Amino acid sequence: MDIRVKNLSKKFNNFLAVNNINFTLEKNKTLGLLGSNGCGKTTSIGMMLGLITPTSGEVLIDNKNINNANRNELLSRMNFASPYIELPKKLTVRQNLEVYGRLYGVKNLKNRIFEISEDLNLNNFLGKKTGELSSGQKNRVSLAKSLINKPEVLFLDEPTASLDPDIGDFVREYIEIYKSKNQITILLASHNMKEVERLCDTVIMMKEGQIVDRGTCKNLVDKHGRNNLEDTFLKIARSKNELA
Amino acid sequence: MNWHKIYGLSLRHIYLIRNSFPRILDLIYWPSVQVFLWGFISEFFTASSSYYNDTIGVILTAAILYDFLFRSSISYNMMFLEEIWSRNFSNLFIAPIKISEIIAALTMTAIFRTLIGLVPAVLVAIPLFGVSIFKLGIPLIFLLIALYIFGISLGLLVTAGLLRFGPSFENIAWASLFFLAPLGCIYYPIEILPDTLQIIAKGLPLVHIFEEMRNILINQTINSLEIFKSILISFIYFVFGVIIFYAAYYGAKIKGTLINIGE
Repeated sequence: MDIRVKNLSKKFNNFLAVNNINFTLEKNKTLGLLGSNGCGKTTSIGMMLGLITPTSGEVLIDNKNINNANRNELLSRMNFASPYIELPKKLTVRQNLEVYGRLYGVKNLKNRIFEISEDLNLNNFLGKKTGELSSGQKNRVSLAKSLINKPEVLFLDEPTASLDPDIGDFVREYIEIYKSKNQITILLASHNMKEVERLCDTVIMMKEGQIVDRGTCKNLVDKHGRNNLEDTFLKIARSKNELA
Repeated sequence: MNWHKIYGLSLRHIYLIRNSFPRILDLIYWPSVQVFLWGFISEFFTASSSYYNDTIGVILTAAILYDFLFRSSISYNMMFLEEIWSRNFSNLFIAPIKISEIIAALTMTAIFRTLIGLVPAVLVAIPLFGVSIFKLGIPLIFLLIALYIFGISLGLLVTAGLLRFGPSFENIAWASLFFLAPLGCIYYPIEILPDTLQIIAKGLPLVHIFEEMRNILINQTINSLEIFKSILISFIYFVFGVIIFYAAYYGAKIKGTLINIGE
């Protein structure tokens, strides 16, 4: 599945959160969505998931508008993980995966839960309540939920935020392996520039609701005359707007 | 509608109840307390009032039926609030489920929650106060249907508010039924109300339900038209509730509250 974002804007009262953004995310590629806090990343993801109605413009996924009648058909082939959105705390990990597996219409659900639990090392705490897990365990469960339906498009919002380096590396490595074995298009919003360099084919830099630059990590670093993506990010974030 | 998905969403709430003994206890506790409280009040009124002296348990039956309405509406609101409290809202709304399937799942699970609390209370009232709501006979089924439809209609209206305005609407969720109780003529005949309020009260199904309950218990007659009216009015409120819920959902998408509700 590919994603095409055309002239997308969102205005909340008098505040323009997203200002006429355009980009294409090609099938089976990973795009990094970067920008300072409040630059419009979450609002953009919300519009791509059909959670927020755009003020103008459209989001086309496989040439179908996410806000039209076929939204559910598209959503069954997509998923989303974010540390800021949690699963019901009083349900066990297995129960949460079962509920979401059913909501996504997953066939052979028992096998799928077994498979994903093996992959993400969830077996030791499948029967434990989700609210009783550590941050690292919760994060892996959230990732398991986001992959339960074998999505063709995956939205990841800061997937390794607040994780220790070991677990963070495990998650990044798992995403890399999963991507190499499956046909999947990924949109990754992250503040971890090393993670973005490792996982993304291209990146988009957002500032004050607009896309201010785009390209491969190497191209952007070279273009801005910096040593790495982190320095490039800082230069763009602290400079005046310059439209790509 | 996809029943597999409706079952999946219902399962989320069934697991929640099943995993927590205090939650089950809480569901049973309040209806039972109501039965005890109104059972003793009922006994006192029966002994002291000429209006009730022929029929033991009119007030207690009314209390049980009102609690059924209260529990069904609160159950509906509670299930929605659980999603907000657990910050699971966005996960739910990016899953491929239709709004109609969410409404169906909440409606089906609310009856489950309601009955967990009410069945023990109804059974306790029989040996303790000699009052059985089953004395209402076959009409009881229709009165319960009318109450349930109205209860979930109120639940829909309150959850629409939660969807549109977020957790700050929570207090309205708790207070919603108390607004209507005085006009519902639950424990007294409609004639007690001033003329103008009587006109408003007749627009609620509660008056028809509780007037008919008293008619059956006191006069031993059944007025089918009143029962039909109560179901019809409840159904109109249900349709109104569904429309408002859809409007709130689309309003929340425009306002952007679906993505960060609960924060």
